[in-house]
Amino acid sequence: MSAGGAEAGPDGRSEKIAGGRPRAEKLARDARGATIGTSAQRVGGFERVTGSQRFVADLRLDEVLHVKLVHLECARARIGHVDTTEAARVPGVRMVVTAAELPQPVARFGPGYRDRPLLATGETKYHGEPVAAVVADTVDAASEAVRLVHVEHEQLPAVLTIAAARDERSPLVREPGLRAADDPHRDTNTLTEWRFGWGDVPAAHADHVVEQRYTAASTTHFAIEPHGFLAAPDGAGIAVWSSIQHPYVLQRLIADTLELPLARVRVFAPDPGGGFGGKQHAKYEPLLAVLAMRIGRPLRLVLTLEETFQAVRSPTFEIGIRSGFMRDGTIAFQDIEIDGLLGAYADIGHRVISKSSYLACGPYRVPDARIHVRALLSHTPPATALRGFGSPQMAWAFESQMDEAARQLGFDRLEIRVRNLAHRGEEIVRGAGDTPADGDWAESVRRAADWIGWGDPLPDGHGRGIAVGIKSSATTGASYAIVRLLHDGSAIVLAGTSDMGQGARTVLAQIAGQELGVPIERVSVVMGDTSAAPYDMQTSASRSTVFMGTAVLNACREIRGKLRAMASDTYGVEEDRVVIADGTIHLPDREIDVAELMADALGPMHGEVIGTGSRRGDHVPEHPLGGHAAFYEFSCTASEVAVDRETGEVELLRHVTVSDVGKALNPAHVAMQDEGAAIMGLGQTLMEQLIFDETTGRIQNLGALDYRIPTTKDVPLEMASLVVENEDGPGPYGAKGTGESGLLSTAPAVASAVHDAAGVVIRDLPLTPERIWRALQERDG
Amino acid sequence: MAAETMAVTLVVNGRARALEVAVHRTLLDVLRDELGLTGSKECCAEGECGACTVLVDGDGINACLVLAVEADGSSVTTIEGLGVDGRLSRLQDAFLAAGGVQCGFCIPGMVMSAEALLARQARATPAEIREALSGNLCRCGGYNQICAAVAAACSGEGHEAEER
Repeated sequence: MSAGGAEAGPDGRSEKIAGGRPRAEKLARDARGATIGTSAQRVGGFERVTGSQRFVADLRLDEVLHVKLVHLECARARIGHVDTTEAARVPGVRMVVTAAELPQPVARFGPGYRDRPLLATGETKYHGEPVAAVVADTVDAASEAVRLVHVEHEQLPAVLTIAAARDERSPLVREPGLRAADDPHRDTNTLTEWRFGWGDVPAAHADHVVEQRYTAASTTHFAIEPHGFLAAPDGAGIAVWSSIQHPYVLQRLIADTLELPLARVRVFAPDPGGGFGGKQHAKYEPLLAVLAMRIGRPLRLVLTLEETFQAVRSPTFEIGIRSGFMRDGTIAFQDIEIDGLLGAYADIGHRVISKSSYLACGPYRVPDARIHVRALLSHTPPATALRGFGSPQMAWAFESQMDEAARQLGFDRLEIRVRNLAHRGEEIVRGAGDTPADGDWAESVRRAADWIGWGDPLPDGHGRGIAVGIKSSATTGASYAIVRLLHDGSAIVLAGTSDMGQGARTVLAQIAGQELGVPIERVSVVMGDTSAAPYDMQTSASRSTVFMGTAVLNACREIRGKLRAMASDTYGVEEDRVVIADGTIHLPDREIDVAELMADALGPMHGEVIGTGSRRGDHVPEHPLGGHAAFYEFSCTASEVAVDRETGEVELLRHVTVSDVGKALNPAHVAMQDEGAAIMGLGQTLMEQLIFDETTGRIQNLGALDYRIPTTKDVPLEMASLVVENEDGPGPYGAKGTGESGLLSTAPAVASAVHDAAGVVIRDLPLTPERIWRALQERDG
Repeated sequence: MAAETMAVTLVVNGRARALEVAVHRTLLDVLRDELGLTGSKECCAEGECGACTVLVDGDGINACLVLAVEADGSSVTTIEGLGVDGRLSRLQDAFLAAGGVQCGFCIPGMVMSAEALLARQARATPAEIREALSGNLCRCGGYNQICAAVAAACSGEGHEAEER
């Protein structure tokens, strides 16, 4: 350990250097257990290639009963009499429950607003909202009974678009009675609004003004694992299983719902089969918990893929931007109006809209800014977090503006970006004392430009585009870890993070191995059980390497402090003469390994050494988002496409993402995350959109046949995921988070390439062949 | 609701199975719910995602689209049937080595589609690999690594089956 580095003191706390982060230390590559910076194979990979990984739907509980939900074939309807007699007669049916059979008033829940009822009460508010639940011995019996629940209902006009939500003549999605008496939006479909900004936009001078409007459609997560839930009475409490990203948030919700202490609520969260934000917050777990307690048996509900479409989606965005530029291409001001269309209930959608809008000016130097944002309600499925958390939609707007300005002012598209990018240490949001630019962002842009061959000649019909994106990472957080060093020198890491494919298990095992000198084959990572692993607030915002990684690092450093004390006691040497480095305990006269010290110190009774660690990001009340970004995810995308002028189809030829990750603790995992994000982003850019029937509000492309996502044949012919590593992040060894970076700027880069290839500007996502073809037709008359 | 049942005989992963199954149950239902072989996954239940891919008499099929009674008399291989004596198959090994696995939910289906390809064409070209796997959706976006894994298995590169 280098002098002045981050070696733990006897109390296990790492020293901090200016800037509040442990200094990135030099890594001993050949040391025992040292895998940081190498592409260690995925922990859990064996289970996944052999089919032995147990996802929620693979779990079997004795005496389990099956739940199916009843919903109507329209978005909004007044619920009349619900006749369950015929359904209840189906052999094997144990219970048919409507809102009327639940304790009144029907409990409501949600991470920000407690607005979603356990079952629809009075009115359904979106296509797919459950009106009743059937509990039966078999799925077949439950499905049969669902068809026999007769719901008298009157279909009502629904609010399905941003325009309708803005129209004051439209029906109200939320009953005013559910709002605070002094809520200024009580009698509108605005859930809430925000105003961000700095400087004085009306007084700002610009040589040239560009004004445009951009839209981005709602898309759905389409995790290949549909959401699944189990709930079972458990002694004096309850156990709940869910494919959820935030098991501790769910634990608190279930405890509140059932009025149980947290210690009586055990949430099991088997590794989700893809999350992408859609599995952050509870969907039907509270209902299942209530019904399981009522019936006294375990219950199981696994959604169909169609039901997941009706459960999770991203907000629809409409963004109007008026951008002032100076003659030299620098930005003078940004004046931005953002409307985000949420569903019938807020879920975490309001936060998606506020957090992304806060950075609506992008990673640029903007002297004056005014941002007005509204979160609107509609009769559509609740919009929630989706990889990127609204930031890709912001980049879609501010980067399309940069292209527009480049065209109008005669600048190269690369040049105008580099000219405006904030330098390290410069404020991007001004006047709030916020986290300044925390990377050498122009370096990422140059890397992408070099890879794509910016400026090189292109064949006719081909085009290139380049764009940048930025996302504020976690603003608050709380991650706790326990590490147990066992007497044979192997280790168990207890961490409440969810590994949904991003590889948290691997990276946490790597950190523990690195710090303790234990090969990762001898490290187990226990996650997904709130009664075993300590609290982790959330697995979101690409935070886990920084937050939980630091907690694990600190726990390991506490263990190292204890090992030094043990060695001092056991061998009678001064504690400060015991050095732990490179996986070995260096005594003044010899070197021993950890297992040897454990044997000598603990003797035949055995024992273990336990370390704890945490990483918090506390609430900052005066900050508009409640906290400063721990770091920014910054990325640059460059793309080369060919456009078929006859059909409007886009062929993806070459595509690169460059992410500023601080330090790639596992380069292969980083590349997989970034490339995977890019492919998801390409889907959202070119083909994905939820289409709502204008009358009934029914999702028209409900299911895998009609809602297409990229396949092996839709990915670019050549792809690369590059990283910039300046070891300047707040996480272990200088890491920042990644996992969303790869899709932050996909859409504007591809649209820029489409314009370069075909000369048409598309301002609405997705860039379907129809839209491009129509634009070509209009241009050519 | 007494569903009509039929006797069905299958050889699953080399083991003969005689079952009495409801006529409307799919092969996937029977594998997962009655034989406890949960490696084959259910996602779309309409033959679009490939997560339930298994081999029936050597052909890769979507087990969600086949009724169990239709498979009567056939030989079925699931992900659990690959590899011998605790060793990974060449493809499984290649998937791990190439970093093709993220959340892992699509992987059993991917591996089985690739097994079907390799069984009929030991030396598939990259384009043929992409075509063969185009019916298997991976939302984590691991397609390039997955295709690279299959290509490596085709060429016989890097197979070091490890003892487990």
